[in-house]
Amino acid sequence: MRLIGFYIFAATVALLPILFPDNYFVTVVGISAGLHAILAVGLNLLMGYAGQISLGHAAFFGMGAYASGILTTRYAWPVPLAMFTGLAVAGLIAWLLARPILRLRGHYLAMATLGFGMIIHVIMVQATRWTGGPDGLTGIPHLNLFGWSVDNDLRWYGVIAVAMLIAIWLSLNLIDSRIGRALRAVHGSEFAAQMLGIDTGRAKTQVFVVSALFAAFAGSLFAHQQGFISPDSFSLTVSVELVTMVVLGGMASTFGAVCGAIALTLLHAGLVVFEDYEMLIHGALLMAVMIFMPQGLFVGLNQGIRRLWAAVQHQIHVG
Amino acid sequence: MFDQLFQFLVTGITVGSIYALVGLGFALIYNASDVVNFAQGEFVMLGAMTAIALLAAGLPLPLAAIAATLITILVGLLLERFAIEPALGASVVTTIIITIGAAIFLRGVAMLLWGKDFHSLPAFSGDVPIRIGEATLLPQSLWVLGVTVALVALVRFFFSRTLVGKALLACSFNRTAAQLVGINVRMMLRLAYGLSAGLGALAGILVAPITFSSYEAGVMLGLKGFSAAIVGGIGNPMGAVAGGLLLGVLESLGAGLISSGYKDAIAFLFVLMVLFFEPTGLFGHKIAERV
Repeated sequence: MRLIGFYIFAATVALLPILFPDNYFVTVVGISAGLHAILAVGLNLLMGYAGQISLGHAAFFGMGAYASGILTTRYAWPVPLAMFTGLAVAGLIAWLLARPILRLRGHYLAMATLGFGMIIHVIMVQATRWTGGPDGLTGIPHLNLFGWSVDNDLRWYGVIAVAMLIAIWLSLNLIDSRIGRALRAVHGSEFAAQMLGIDTGRAKTQVFVVSALFAAFAGSLFAHQQGFISPDSFSLTVSVELVTMVVLGGMASTFGAVCGAIALTLLHAGLVVFEDYEMLIHGALLMAVMIFMPQGLFVGLNQGIRRLWAAVQHQIHVG
Repeated sequence: MFDQLFQFLVTGITVGSIYALVGLGFALIYNASDVVNFAQGEFVMLGAMTAIALLAAGLPLPLAAIAATLITILVGLLLERFAIEPALGASVVTTIIITIGAAIFLRGVAMLLWGKDFHSLPAFSGDVPIRIGEATLLPQSLWVLGVTVALVALVRFFFSRTLVGKALLACSFNRTAAQLVGINVRMMLRLAYGLSAGLGALAGILVAPITFSSYEAGVMLGLKGFSAAIVGGIGNPMGAVAGGLLLGVLESLGAGLISSGYKDAIAFLFVLMVLFFEPTGLFGHKIAERV
């Protein structure tokens, strides 16, 4: 019963390519939305549940992508091993970074995570020998699952959809576990959580590592799917975008994060037609949504629909 | 070697002065509202770009600079009125996203108005470098230093000697208490936005002859200004100035002695190190958590 929303969502995701097999918005935009959803669900664990902001999450996304890219193109490693290494590297760095960085609060934490993201981005641009510099890496091989080569959009849609559903399922279960309850206590009041005997430092470290792993996994998939990566895909703009997805959907809700990811991906795909006005509209929308629906798009819309429904019923009764 | 170090130091202090002014803007707004305004860098860009446009339209340089500053102040006030006031009391993350949205919006407007090209402002008093031993100093650097010193002194005087300045400071200590003693907190908020927009615009106009300007020029300057404010302990105006100078000098030394490509990474690494050892900045208040 608890997972009923999950099953409905999974069924929708599975039905879409059957109903619209060659639709650009399903396959191409859908792949991008799925990757964003994995990233947003991971970041939501950190932001929504543990209450810690990160403005540098694109760094972990990038680590996964570059680990896959560098190891497969320069050293001809098999894809699964490269992906696993990416996860290990991102997890290790997150673990090392977690204690000193999550000691910080509010804007100090925002600054530190932002700085971390910038440092990793500068390395991607400057360490040309490894990363290819601003031009990036090309020729990253496709994923190959037990002889089944994932080489067209529809297959990629399937792989990323499954990965996304696993990520959502993991997140839903994690939240209802002992760790999840500890995290929510930390969000409420870190001091009170400590008084209850929760090792808050450890809880925050765990969630930071988990959310970095989600990001690195999405990064590896992104690299193999695109076949090409460059530092632009892992810039501060992307980190901000990810935070926006989480907040847009409504924090502390796994499906909120998924919805935020899908909404923002669709928005970008739609705004492309406005060309030079894209930036202006994007900024204005971001401000408007946050001003008028600070609890997020989906909570906001939900309340709006309820209010409208109440008004309609009121009209019926009066009329 | 000494001349080279001196050269790096001069460059660092020049750039650091700009960071200091931007950081000061961050501190002013933070003091009045606990909001970190991520559109601060866009004020810098707007000041520079408007001045360049007005100069191209035929206005003399001093007039163009003043008009550009006033226009940017107006933008700051509009931003406060239409984006910050409606969301007063929202969470840290929400306000961060609102100001980031404002920054993207302003960048979008600038791109439509002035395109994606780089523009430059002529130096205020020529480009003939002043030689000091083996090192050289651009006259524009003297302008940057001089105006920064004057502005910082003015801000200090404003906070310590004027009633309005003290009222603004009172808001930063405790907004409710400030309201109770009859300070118009909302007016103070507008004042803070106007002031920081003005400071940002002036910083932009001062640095435009040295670094060129484009619709994206505010991004990095804004981040460095934010770093300066954080290193100094956010909400401490003089801390932000010190943080900015420190950051500028370190960055310039790093670029000269280690690698110019990595200079931004060096700056942010420094910020991270400061935060790891002093979680509330070098000159910040130590916070005790209330339960």
